[in-house]
Amino acid sequence: MESVGSIILYLIVACAIIIFSVLAVTTRKILRAATYLLFTLFAAAIVYFMLDYEFLGAVQIAVYAGGIVVLFVFAILLTSHPGHSSERLTSKRRWLGLVGALAMLGVTGYTLVSRCALYAAKPEMEEVDMQQIGQAMMGTDAGQYLLPFEAISVLLLACIIGGVVVARKR
Amino acid sequence: MEIKAIYYLIPSLIMFCCGVYGFVTRRNMIAMLISLELMLNAVDMNFVIFNRFLFPGQLEGMMFTLFAIAIAAAETALAIAIIINVFRSVKNVDIRELNQMQF
Repeated sequence: MESVGSIILYLIVACAIIIFSVLAVTTRKILRAATYLLFTLFAAAIVYFMLDYEFLGAVQIAVYAGGIVVLFVFAILLTSHPGHSSERLTSKRRWLGLVGALAMLGVTGYTLVSRCALYAAKPEMEEVDMQQIGQAMMGTDAGQYLLPFEAISVLLLACIIGGVVVARKR
Repeated sequence: MEIKAIYYLIPSLIMFCCGVYGFVTRRNMIAMLISLELMLNAVDMNFVIFNRFLFPGQLEGMMFTLFAIAIAAAETALAIAIIINVFRSVKNVDIRELNQMQF
């Protein structure tokens, strides 16, 4: 049984996710789209906190809301005039997008709703502490992820070098 | 009232469909990238929700989300570098104008 506070928090977060993600793709000012994306990412972080994954929520706020959105804002300010609205959509393209998105919503939503395994209540879970996460990230046994961790570090290095080379002034 | 898995999955599904709609309708490359981020974030949320509700006590979904966030950050940084380079040579980020290498 959930407490009243967590149900109210859930309702707020669910409404925030839906409203801000719709606004992020329909607003015509692109800086506002980035701001609504930021709010959506914060709501997702709150969902991680509600599901008892505190470390993941912290990572979401630090990397997505702190890093990626700032990168987006810089790129927007570099490439477009602030206050500039994109032109109105042609109806053909809007219908194409609406039909695609609604077809996906219908099919996937029906599949989700018809699965009775998804109506189970939230099972009890002992707190995931930092030591457990660190061991899972640094171990080499089954269910531990040293190799992907190192591969990610090489990927980030390649990304840094690639970003410098691509965006450099010639 | 219990908050069940489906109550978390439906907002994440709507977030993904918004990403699809934005990716089809947007013309600005940065706005398309924002839609892509929405889709990636919806998938991350799904991993965490399935892990929490169906396999509590294991860390597979959480680890996958951690690595997906890192890869999404790398991908966004590189894509924005490419967009800035394109803007420097064409003075535009509208995808209808970028057809010089199309065929």
